Amino acid sequence: MSDIAIRAANLSKLYHIGRGQGKAGYRTLRESMVDWAKAPLRWFSRDGRQAADDTIWALRDVSFEVKRGEVVGIIGRNGAGKSTLLKILSRITDPTEGTVDLYGRVGSLLEVGTGFHPELTGRENIYLNGAILGMKRTEIIRKFDEIVDFAEIEKFLDTPVKHYSSGMYVRLAFAVAAHLDPEILLVDEVLAVGDVEFQKKCLGKMGEVAREGRTVLFVSHNMGAIMSLCRIGILLQEGGLSQFGPIDQVVQSYINVSDDRNLTLLSHPGRKVNLKPHLSSILIVGQTTKFENVIQCGDACQFIIETVAPVSRRAEFSIGIYDLMGTPISHLSTGLAEVHQSKDHDSRRIICQIEQLNLVPGNYYVNVAYSDSGTVLDHVIQASRFQVIESNYLGTGKLPPSLYGKVVLRHRWQY
Amino acid sequence: MQLAKTDQLPDIHIHIEPSRGWISLKLRELWAYRELFYFLTWRDVKVRYKQTVLGAAWAIIQPFFTMVVFSLFFGKLAKMPSDGIPYPIFSYAALVPWTFFANGLTSATNSLVNSANLIQKVYFPRLVIPISAVLSGVVDFALAFLVLLGMMLFYGIHPTSAVVWLPLFLLLALITALGVGLWLTALNVQFRDVRYVVPFVVNFWMFASPVAYSSRLLDEPWRTLYGLNPMVGVLDGFRWALLGVNDAPGPIVYASSLAAVLIFISGLYYFRRMEKTFADIV
Repeated sequence: MSDIAIRAANLSKLYHIGRGQGKAGYRTLRESMVDWAKAPLRWFSRDGRQAADDTIWALRDVSFEVKRGEVVGIIGRNGAGKSTLLKILSRITDPTEGTVDLYGRVGSLLEVGTGFHPELTGRENIYLNGAILGMKRTEIIRKFDEIVDFAEIEKFLDTPVKHYSSGMYVRLAFAVAAHLDPEILLVDEVLAVGDVEFQKKCLGKMGEVAREGRTVLFVSHNMGAIMSLCRIGILLQEGGLSQFGPIDQVVQSYINVSDDRNLTLLSHPGRKVNLKPHLSSILIVGQTTKFENVIQCGDACQFIIETVAPVSRRAEFSIGIYDLMGTPISHLSTGLAEVHQSKDHDSRRIICQIEQLNLVPGNYYVNVAYSDSGTVLDHVIQASRFQVIESNYLGTGKLPPSLYGKVVLRHRWQY
Repeated sequence: MQLAKTDQLPDIHIHIEPSRGWISLKLRELWAYRELFYFLTWRDVKVRYKQTVLGAAWAIIQPFFTMVVFSLFFGKLAKMPSDGIPYPIFSYAALVPWTFFANGLTSATNSLVNSANLIQKVYFPRLVIPISAVLSGVVDFALAFLVLLGMMLFYGIHPTSAVVWLPLFLLLALITALGVGLWLTALNVQFRDVRYVVPFVVNFWMFASPVAYSSRLLDEPWRTLYGLNPMVGVLDGFRWALLGVNDAPGPIVYASSLAAVLIFISGLYYFRRMEKTFADIV
């Protein structure tokens, strides 16, 4: 028996996209019939163009080995194939090519609360969710009290979970999954939810799992969490494995890789799946430098968003600012601020004006979302990036180091 | 505990590779997940009538009022022959298994698409989903069956010793509902048209089965041929085993069982073949 827990060899996954209208994938009977009727015609134009048009390699030739007890962080931009990799490893979907060997019981946590039913009580959902995740009934009974303790929901055990706050819901869901006790644990970005206190508790639990000698594969955008939990990193880039090695080196190259960003938003890999491009670009312009995406600390600046089609009166926009570690820094939205509407509503350009961008020098990511009448039309993660450069914002020519926080506050001292 | 875990480690080896063509049913794995059947069925039963005013009474209302309407139009007005027993119990004895079949078929068909979220996020044998969808109908069947027993008491009909065959006919209905359901639910993942076809199929099928009338309206050999519709065997079987009408429906039951088993096994294999695509396109 070797000490290998996971061995993936030449994994590839091909997805068929763009067939039919709306949600990629399923088709109506009519489309199939039309295709079928057209099939004879295709004999005259067999140049393989068809196949190239509707398919995308979500993973291409990925091979790696993970030793038992290793905690591996999987990083990469959205669309790099992280989730596809986890889905193959957890047997949700088949690889198109390649093989995987897993030695040990596999537990996967790709989403918090999968299979929870809102009408059932907390107690009932613990059993249901546990069974869905692959626990035996006796096992659930044995760990029941531990799960309830961890989730801190004793009082609401017999309340239908539809009456739970979102925090309680997430706590309960994570608690069940955390007690799954598999030898190999696959975790997707699930810690992005829940309050900070509970996130810490979850990270602690995962660290504990790792110390017990289990193998963990962990996908996250939160570089802080990745670096504190994992020793080994896998960097995926456009479906391929671009680096495998010590976590700090992998994180470093991830930050460097994501540097060359000058994408239009129309074909941005960070767009949430199933959304069509409504946002065409986002640009950050500093008032003093007039540089694109480079702003002096404390300078006034504009976020200029452009959309594909004119926006309606009920359109809402929001911008999230994150540091390179994925920590949220600030949130701007039309819902929070006073919105000045010009008379004509057929504008395609929306400007968010910031009086002082008092962030410490460094690089930041911008997420942007666009919704209309409460429906999210478009949402692009890491849509753009900007750099804050040194300035004399504090009047002393000095600025605090970014290590101690991301925000610069003007302050005076008195004796 | 720690020791136990390392001990069992070498046992488990999961090998993943692209599956092509016809694949095995993996019944052993299905058995390993038997508790999930229980929990999903239990969930369906538990949730079905939550937030409804009449609750589980719906399980009785559906076949009972159909029986009332049938008795009025087919029994009283059309004077449909009912094998020598009162028309209400003649039709209700068929409506109880029919309702079980129709609801089982419908919920099995919708089961995969309704569980899209589960399919995309957790691995378990996908067969669990349609099977527990059909199984959860057994509770409704039991409730409607109690009313049937009440009606038998009312009409003074005593079951003969043939009643021991009843579970077999229920099993036949279950296998038929599941077999057709497996085909349709796998198709429904790919073609959402199926969802709209099902109510039509169920309606059509009801009139093609001896629910409102007797299969005695046909002469041999047509009657045995008619038995290729598995529900003919189920309904005739119910009437024979419970109400003691006519003789044992021999050839019909053989034909029905054969058809049901064929549909069921082909459904299983078709489902398994399509299974790998579910998570990607559901």
